[in-house]
Amino acid sequence: MKHFIIIAVLVIASTLAIHTGLGSIGLLPRLASAQGVSIDQLFGIYTWAIAFVFSLIIVPLFYSFVVFRRKKGETGDGVYMEGSSKLEIAWTLLPLIAVLYLAYLGAQSLSETRRVDPSAMVVKVIAEQWNWQFQYPDYLFASKSLYLPVGQQVDLQMTSLDVTHSFFVPEFRLKQDILPGRTVDLRVTPTLIGHYTVECAQLCGKNHTTMVADVYVVTNADFQAWAKQQVANAPKDPVLIGEQLASLYGCSVCHSTDGSKKVGPTWLHLYQSSVALSDGTRVTADAKYLNNSITDPNSQIVSGFSPNVMPATFAQALTLTQIQDLIAYIESLK
Amino acid sequence: MKKTKTLGLLRGLLWQVIGTVFGLGFVTAIRVLMRLPAWKTEPAVVVGALFGALFFLYGVGVLDDWLKWAAGEETPEHDESDWGWRRYWGPSHDHKVIGIQYLTLALILFSVGGLFALTFRTQLAGNQQFLSPIEYNTLMSLHGIVMIVGILIGISAFMNYTVPLLIGASDMAFPRLNAFSFWIAVPAGIILLSSMALGGFDTGWTGYPPLSIRAPLGMQMFFLGVSLSSFSSILSALNILATVIRLRTRGMTPFRLPIFVWAAIATSIISLTATQLIGLAFQMVMLERLLGMGFFDPIKGGNPILFEHLFWFYSHPAVYVFILPGLGVISELLPVFVRKPLYGYRWVAMSSLGIALTGFLVWGHHMFASGMAEYLREPFMYSTLLVAVPTGVKFFSWVATIWKGKISFPTPMLFVLGGIVVFLLGGLSGPPNGTISTDLLLNNTYYIVGHFHDTLFGGYVLPFFAAIYFWWPKMTGRRLNEKLGKLHFWLMGPAMIVLTLLMMRIGLLGMRRRVDGYDPALGFQPYHIVMTIAAFLIGLSVIVFFINVFLTRKRGEIATGNIWESRSPEWQVPSPMPLHNYEKELEVVGEPYDYGLPGSRYVKFVGED
Repeated sequence: MKHFIIIAVLVIASTLAIHTGLGSIGLLPRLASAQGVSIDQLFGIYTWAIAFVFSLIIVPLFYSFVVFRRKKGETGDGVYMEGSSKLEIAWTLLPLIAVLYLAYLGAQSLSETRRVDPSAMVVKVIAEQWNWQFQYPDYLFASKSLYLPVGQQVDLQMTSLDVTHSFFVPEFRLKQDILPGRTVDLRVTPTLIGHYTVECAQLCGKNHTTMVADVYVVTNADFQAWAKQQVANAPKDPVLIGEQLASLYGCSVCHSTDGSKKVGPTWLHLYQSSVALSDGTRVTADAKYLNNSITDPNSQIVSGFSPNVMPATFAQALTLTQIQDLIAYIESLK
Repeated sequence: MKKTKTLGLLRGLLWQVIGTVFGLGFVTAIRVLMRLPAWKTEPAVVVGALFGALFFLYGVGVLDDWLKWAAGEETPEHDESDWGWRRYWGPSHDHKVIGIQYLTLALILFSVGGLFALTFRTQLAGNQQFLSPIEYNTLMSLHGIVMIVGILIGISAFMNYTVPLLIGASDMAFPRLNAFSFWIAVPAGIILLSSMALGGFDTGWTGYPPLSIRAPLGMQMFFLGVSLSSFSSILSALNILATVIRLRTRGMTPFRLPIFVWAAIATSIISLTATQLIGLAFQMVMLERLLGMGFFDPIKGGNPILFEHLFWFYSHPAVYVFILPGLGVISELLPVFVRKPLYGYRWVAMSSLGIALTGFLVWGHHMFASGMAEYLREPFMYSTLLVAVPTGVKFFSWVATIWKGKISFPTPMLFVLGGIVVFLLGGLSGPPNGTISTDLLLNNTYYIVGHFHDTLFGGYVLPFFAAIYFWWPKMTGRRLNEKLGKLHFWLMGPAMIVLTLLMMRIGLLGMRRRVDGYDPALGFQPYHIVMTIAAFLIGLSVIVFFINVFLTRKRGEIATGNIWESRSPEWQVPSPMPLHNYEKELEVVGEPYDYGLPGSRYVKFVGED
């Protein structure tokens, strides 16, 4: 009995000491998102649990090393005991209940991080080897750094142009892989004004390390001022606007500008060239043909490509001026 | 014939070169016949490497008996000739020789993998690039896979050497298949390492597409090397299971098996049934690269997430393949050094099977941030945390085994206890990765790196050395030096703990894994310097071990008897083990770990009192 009392005291002391120690060195970076609150609470629970279970095993282990060690010249065996089913059942059931409870807490905290604000601002995140682009569809411009107004939920709609990347800002506590060929969402509500870094967290090739971009969380007024300036700085040249639209609306995912064959025909040297169609006829790729291909893509399919691949929604999505800008951009590639 | 057989390894390597050249020519010839441009590097090299491996197996002589049988010739059941040291260089059918061959190969691979780690760790300490990004990524990726293959081969080493001895068998159930399982790992290892000369690869050992589709040619050597070595795992697991089922000695009922055998059963069930999935996933990427099949290419209707599922369906259970034998060694050796029965034997045995079973249901926890289907995330969180339950049973049983024992601390025991402490750190750092929301911070950071290095060091590396120090006299008839052994332990154990705790520390602060440098403003450099020093201490400890082996080879203390006073059957006969193990038949007459029960015995030889 004496042994057990000593061990119980030591376990409690050790738990408190470890918990205090871990708390005092500061385990986590500063917290800058609403989603991170419940995550940090769960980390707090883990700190206690780990300190306790670690002590529960280590204390009797080291106590035994000292008290039950074989003294010099001592022979013979230890106390013969085979086991106890009651104890085994106890240390199966109690941990089972504990981990199920932890999983329940984990599920709760996950649902906290996924709370949807319908008025969230949309930012499209385009990841490619090895840089980031952030597009603000509400304002029609794109940026190399991510500006976010504080206190406002942002819906990051992320896609990759090549391999798998991952969006990671440690202060936001969140991470989400970004896959080619589809869009994944991540919702963040920044809560702390400051400068952070978004890093690619999924190995994406040789320059993975340098795939980082600045994140600025600013007041709403600063954000509006910044957005206004970006719009004012936006290019006036239709070719440049067209180039941005091609990226903003995802045209460049399927149409290359370097002559390589992707899902759709390349735009390089396309303008005014003679195009073979799948019905056997040929047509000159003039502005009329390009306009028709954007607004009604299934009417003229280029030989070697499949119908029903390109969305037929661009007639609604784009204004007439925007279509002309796109055509101007394609023309510039001839 | 006999002379050439003694040169098995050299002959195999020669045939591997011939095979590779043949494969290069074969692809080129087919392309000429198809009126394509004659030379295309990637298919030629892949097919060349594949033929190289097949020709190696022929050249080394591991197919000899099967080829003779196919031709209607008879071969002797047992190879009775004693080749001396030469038997280690060719296709022996003796499980003890094969065990030592596996052990040698594992130690070579660990040394190579460790050198890779020290190289890139040096760069992280200085935070100055002296490796180009592709060199860094290749070394980092190879460190991972070479260590993993080394671990698998090290497991085969112990299971091969000990399982037949522990169950009182004269050999494995399929001795020729056993030789084949070992020898296919040799060309596989060569092909794997050849990736360095063929452009390297920059994907990590996970090899996720689409990145692995764009990676240099070295990628294919990685995929091919791992695919080939997976045959070694699968066949060796099959052999272990057949051996345990069919060749147990008289009276050895399931609950009188030595506890390590239960671990070997659990591990073999996983290897036998899951390894195919990683082989399959890797071969699919190989075919995607070679033939343009779009399994994982979204543009062709494929899905990169599919690869992650296939990959982790093996690669998570594989973690239990690595640690179950290590935990088995801990459970096997503890009773010997505390002179007490293993507490709750049946629970410990069943917990191995419990870990193996739940291990199959948790692979999705590697993909919490991957963008897999949302409804899969929470079930995987619950199943993942369940693994803690059977693992906890092991820890509590170990503590209860030690309680009121007569504990002595020779080198194997130090490694066993070190294993328990380090594995505890690995185990306790696990649940925060298992709950999704906290994993969103931890995923792909150094925290994960620290966590799995603790589980593998505690669950594998330290028990691996415990087993070497424990069974070394059985293998050689000489004991490894205790002082050097203890120095080895006290260098390796604490350095490992420092290294992994600091990894977790910077991971929590947001340091990504798999990067070749970091922003100095983050203040991580002091940690990296300490970690690199710790890593070099681990390297130094392994050098101490090799010195120990070298010094005691001729001059070590002779230990032919039961030096650990073990009840286990292999220690009831003189060391080193005779050629066909037990000359007289064994009979099990008691419980395996009844230390402290006067007059009890585990085994006796038939005809003895």
